[in-house]
Amino acid sequence: MPHLTLIQAVNDALHLAMKHDDRVVVLGEDVGENGGVFRATEGLHDTFGEDRVVDTPLAEGAILGAAIGMAAYGIRPIPEIQFTGFMPMVFDHMVSHASRLRWRTRGRFTCPLVLRAPYGSGIHAPEHHSESHEAYYMHTPGLKVVVPSNPYDAKGLLISAIKDPNPVLFFEPKRIYRAIRQEVPEEIYEIPLGKAAVVNEGTDVTVITFGSMTHMAKEAITRASEQGISAELIDLRTVWPLDIDTISTSVAKTGRCVIVQEAPRAASFSSEILTLIHEKVFDSLQAPVERVAGFDTPMPYYRMENYYLPNANRILAGINNVLNF
Amino acid sequence: MATKSKANKPVTVKDVFKNKFTPYTLLNPDGTLNGPAPDLSPEQLQAMHRVMVEARVFDERAVNLQRQGRLGTFAPLSGQEAAQVGSAFALRKTDWLFPSYREHAACALHGQPWLDILKYWGGNEDGSRVPDDVNIFPVAIPIATQIIHAVGAAWAAKIQGKDDATLVFFGDGGTSEGDFHEGLNFAGVFKTATVFLCQNNFYAISLPRESQTSSESIAQKAISYGIEGIQVDGNDVLAMYQMTKEAFDRGRAGEGPTLIEAQTYRYGPHTTADDPTRYRDSAEVDQWKERDPIERLKNYMISQSIWDDGKEEALWEDVRAQMAKVVEDYEALPERPVEEIFKYTFEEMPWHLEEQLAELKDFIAEYGNPNEGHH
Repeated sequence: MPHLTLIQAVNDALHLAMKHDDRVVVLGEDVGENGGVFRATEGLHDTFGEDRVVDTPLAEGAILGAAIGMAAYGIRPIPEIQFTGFMPMVFDHMVSHASRLRWRTRGRFTCPLVLRAPYGSGIHAPEHHSESHEAYYMHTPGLKVVVPSNPYDAKGLLISAIKDPNPVLFFEPKRIYRAIRQEVPEEIYEIPLGKAAVVNEGTDVTVITFGSMTHMAKEAITRASEQGISAELIDLRTVWPLDIDTISTSVAKTGRCVIVQEAPRAASFSSEILTLIHEKVFDSLQAPVERVAGFDTPMPYYRMENYYLPNANRILAGINNVLNF
Repeated sequence: MATKSKANKPVTVKDVFKNKFTPYTLLNPDGTLNGPAPDLSPEQLQAMHRVMVEARVFDERAVNLQRQGRLGTFAPLSGQEAAQVGSAFALRKTDWLFPSYREHAACALHGQPWLDILKYWGGNEDGSRVPDDVNIFPVAIPIATQIIHAVGAAWAAKIQGKDDATLVFFGDGGTSEGDFHEGLNFAGVFKTATVFLCQNNFYAISLPRESQTSSESIAQKAISYGIEGIQVDGNDVLAMYQMTKEAFDRGRAGEGPTLIEAQTYRYGPHTTADDPTRYRDSAEVDQWKERDPIERLKNYMISQSIWDDGKEEALWEDVRAQMAKVVEDYEALPERPVEEIFKYTFEEMPWHLEEQLAELKDFIAEYGNPNEGHH
């Protein structure tokens, strides 16, 4: 079985999806001959030709806008946006059209597309290249948001996203594009959307996160276990609509919870999880839920980004806070 | 300022493109032609005429319903029938139409039932659920966003080796949006079979055309995208048909998109929520009424001896009865189940929507229907 990085797993999934379904089309800036700025689409242009792997002019809104028309017509577009920092250009078409085309036409037209974008921070990039925008799309009815944390999941989730009849945002944590290698089966396989992974079982506290923060959280719970703390780690994989059963079951068991995200906290992923925990398992809670997150400021430039980003120390401190309440 | 044909050959897009800042008229207000008639049978001319009359009567009914509190805000189209019917008449059944929100005549012609159009403005989402064999995108309220969708659909057709074309409507105001630029640029690069139909009615709500852009014409904007743009007399249904038909033929042959600036005029307000007397002279409205698109086609058909005043009178009577039935059917529609609010958000209803639907139903069971008597 090949050992692949996350970016190679994404590339592999795209190759397979295009091979198995000739309706699949990749479009975006520099995705063709150049293979994408992170090489996610490498080799697709040579294999599938310029009709199916299209270098578009530089206009993010039009990339999604055109993909909406394509999807409604009956093909399966996979638009790539070069960085999530440019997603505001895409926002109107995502919120006003992609998300609600099915709803607006009572199912007559649908919008099965997967928008891929390198996501999050941690690669010392310039401004607008490190954002974590998941909350905007969680808030928009009709969209699914997926963020893989490892190569195996990346491939299986991307295949599922491409087969999904709804519009999906597939955010790829770029700081772990090449950080980990993992055995990834050569064949096509799916990991269902909406199903979390319990990365580590535990009984004292539940840590809920997704994407690259899963690795920070792993480090933190390893250190916690050295202190005798048994932590359960949930990698949500699909950020929205999320796997409420896994969250509820875990927090009902542990009674304590820490939520970890890169994004600012106000009206964020963690705000929603907190609310859901209160709605579902309030009676089980033995301590206030702790958030380990970015701050409510713009993402600082790379020289100061480590002040902003959650790390294992901050997560461990969060775990200790809920246990010492 | 008509473009005269030479040696009795039909005027082509190319001929008009050379005169790009002059609107092309084929059919004059008095019913005479400036060149050979397009290849349309008497039945086809009568069909065009009928839809224009239907649109006019529908408009009148819808505005009245709104004034009486029986319909929500409505965007009337009266005056713009030829720009819509002439262009949409060139669509094939499998082609796709992308309206903005004033293209009731074009949509009806391409297969959307009048009742559905009325439903939409009556706050009923079912109105946008066009029949399975009708390719009309839903109304796009955010200005100009539909332009790039139309490019995407035509591009998809091309990728699939089909020759379906797309027709997208927008107004003079829409040309100031980024999506107009992006859409025409993409279409030029990928040579999609798209006709960009700008109904220049000279006002974007209150803003006059000359304040919208300092371009001498909207048509000329096409040049910067490497595509052809023409100005057409939008109250001339025959010129609209002739130019759109040829633009589709060229698009299907891989020759790329066309921008058509149809110069027309809305007699009424932008929507029923607007008072046009604040920004327009009634004299201007009267001038445009002298160039009325329906009268013009009627005059032509009479001159061709395929129509007469008696038929005209019978048609209006028949259409009034037809629209009375549409209104009657609209008002007899049953209340829809609350599931409809939730059901189409995703293909399968996720747990959180199941829960929210149950919550709403419980609320209704306990406190009664909050929507009762609400129209």
